[in-house]
Amino acid sequence: MAKKTIMLGNEAIARGAYEAGVKLSSAYPGTPSTEISEYLAKYDEIYTEWAPNEKVATEVAIGASFSGVRSLACMKHVGLNVASDPLYTFAYTGVNGGSVIVVADDPGLASSQNEQDTRMVARSAHVPVIEPSDSQEAKDFMKIAYEISEEYDTPVIFRTTTKLAHSQSAVELYDRVEVTDKEYSRNVGKYVMMPASAIARHVVVEARENRLAKDAATLSINKMEMGDTKVGFITSGIAYQYVKEVCPNASVLKLGLVNPISKELIADFCSKVETVYVFEELEPVIEEQVRAWGFDVKGKEVFTRQGEYSANLLKRVLFGNDDCVFEKQESPNRPPILCPGCPHRSVYSVLNKLKIHASGDIGCYTLGAVPPLGVVDTCVCMGASISALHGMEKGKGKDYIKNWVAVIGDSTFLHTGINSLVNMVYNKSTATVMILDNRTTGMTGHQDHAATGKTLKGEETYAIDLAELCRAIGVPNVIEVNAFDVKELERIVKESTQSDELTVIITKAPCVLLKGQKFPSVCKANPEACKKCGMCLKIGCPAITRNQDGTIKIDQTMCNGCGLCKSYCKFNAIETVER
Amino acid sequence: MTKNIMIVGVGGQGTLLTSRIIGKTALEAGYDVKISEVHGMAQRGGSVVTFVRYGEKVAEPVVEEGQADVIIAFERLEAQRYSHFLKKDGVLIVNDCRIDPMTVVIGAKEYPEGILENLKKNHKVYSIDGQKIALSLGNSKVLNSVVLGFAAPYIGFTKEDWLSVVEATVPPKTIEINKKAFVEGFEATK
Repeated sequence: MAKKTIMLGNEAIARGAYEAGVKLSSAYPGTPSTEISEYLAKYDEIYTEWAPNEKVATEVAIGASFSGVRSLACMKHVGLNVASDPLYTFAYTGVNGGSVIVVADDPGLASSQNEQDTRMVARSAHVPVIEPSDSQEAKDFMKIAYEISEEYDTPVIFRTTTKLAHSQSAVELYDRVEVTDKEYSRNVGKYVMMPASAIARHVVVEARENRLAKDAATLSINKMEMGDTKVGFITSGIAYQYVKEVCPNASVLKLGLVNPISKELIADFCSKVETVYVFEELEPVIEEQVRAWGFDVKGKEVFTRQGEYSANLLKRVLFGNDDCVFEKQESPNRPPILCPGCPHRSVYSVLNKLKIHASGDIGCYTLGAVPPLGVVDTCVCMGASISALHGMEKGKGKDYIKNWVAVIGDSTFLHTGINSLVNMVYNKSTATVMILDNRTTGMTGHQDHAATGKTLKGEETYAIDLAELCRAIGVPNVIEVNAFDVKELERIVKESTQSDELTVIITKAPCVLLKGQKFPSVCKANPEACKKCGMCLKIGCPAITRNQDGTIKIDQTMCNGCGLCKSYCKFNAIETVER
Repeated sequence: MTKNIMIVGVGGQGTLLTSRIIGKTALEAGYDVKISEVHGMAQRGGSVVTFVRYGEKVAEPVVEEGQADVIIAFERLEAQRYSHFLKKDGVLIVNDCRIDPMTVVIGAKEYPEGILENLKKNHKVYSIDGQKIALSLGNSKVLNSVVLGFAAPYIGFTKEDWLSVVEATVPPKTIEINKKAFVEGFEATK
């Protein structure tokens, strides 16, 4: 008997993997995919780990598949770029045990640096893509993904988007079905991708894709819901829900398999419906194929490639109006900011004071780009802070970077920053690299990594010593300093940026949101001593604001007691008191 | 008819837990429920919004402009920012507090004056000083339970329905104080 409950899309994906008999999962955290691994870790039957990056995670899943068990790798869309090297060739080798790569796209950029569409990558890699439209499908389609993976001897990409990953809806649960491990037998033609084997496998890849495209016409996850035939929609994923919201009686071709797509289904649907809209978020992946086959549809000329779709967007296109009644009120922006007590604020306050530019990276510390700290100048992708700074030095000379540093978090450093540092050592850099070590992967919600001493399953493990790691690869100066010791930090940064030797400064202080990391006291403003100079406001702490008369006040329910503001007050107008 | 609820506030105010409690209460009452949440970067002290929709059959998980039956705002400026999501006769519940966004702190923007008065011109607005009640109970962290209790009568369900879900959802150590906070908010509605 199925049990019904309500689940986050990501939780449902984990449940689907569990029910499908998956034995191994490897992942690197990335919004909106992170929770999948956290839910997977709760199942004793599944080995679940955080890998240092998505390439490693995918290769771990490949190995497990080759050995004969069902495996999984999870990542966000930009993580797939890191994993694309193994992905493209995994498509050639195919699988032994079924293998799925969950990739979470982020239309609307809730927490990402770009808005790329994973279906485009999958098409060029010739990997099938399955896309669910709610939590129930997220769970059920996972099982089908493994069946397709094994039946067609291919890895399968399971694509989600932010709204699906982070919304909850009803799900029926079933028991796990254990899958017998497959036998492994040596097969050079299939698993060793040297040219002779790969030439032969490329033929297999094309044949497989053609077979799946043909079979897609009768696949259960592709559904034709016929209703009113004046207007119809070809759609998939969360976009399907907007169609159902606005036109519950329209005809819909809902694709669960979005690569390859079934020409037969498309032809059938287009022959039955007068006006066909292709309603898909981001790139016109389905639309361009449908048009190339000669069918007349409407798509991106009326919708958009940008952001998330909505019912109101569809209403505006179809009916010329939406549900809006009231005008939007102009309101001051409230962008995300570093938390009160965040050690990054302390580091940035020093860089700001010294007027130093930071070559930035991906993490909470990217928020150092906005006022009043405003020290981060660049942010491209994971690990780029270090390599980009190196490019600046080699491009414009070592004097050019005397007022520059690279800033990167501990988790990001282990992800891909380490390669860039190896390059600096090898190619005689004189730069200053700051590793902001807060003992966690912060932005994604506090995941452990190779330097924290804990696994995803919560077991104790060896914690890689970042300072020793840097010394071992030959960095001549490696300095560890308390992130809140602003005087010492200022001295070290001044010295290292002026020196002609490569320096790594590791600023240490745990993320204030980690359990047990609260400071024992809180800060309190003394309005009588306050001279209204505003120095404490320059650190951009949300707990500090001005009173009507211009003196400062500190919201003690918000303050985490780090005391950074106190160290910048020349008039002793801030004290720390017992909580 | 699908009921559309929005919870808006500042990252860290407990809006996520509030939306989960509303969703669970509707689920217990036998409705189809969808909840949309915000994770990741936006949570860090930024403006956050979550959605709860329930009814016989719910399609999309988000509430859009012009569709909200009830908006629960944990902060005045956030109430203003999302007020255009209300339906014509929608209800706006506001926790009467001010948290300056960084744009205001650094003097780039001004915090609007008279937000509640302005909102009352177009909408049904009910406000409560949830922080004061939470502090009087000895824990500022139960603010969300106070505000939820205050909003509950405008959503529906019985007090008992709500309290059993609060009990099943909040951390075990905080059950009593959260239930108390909910009741304080609930009573304040009258």
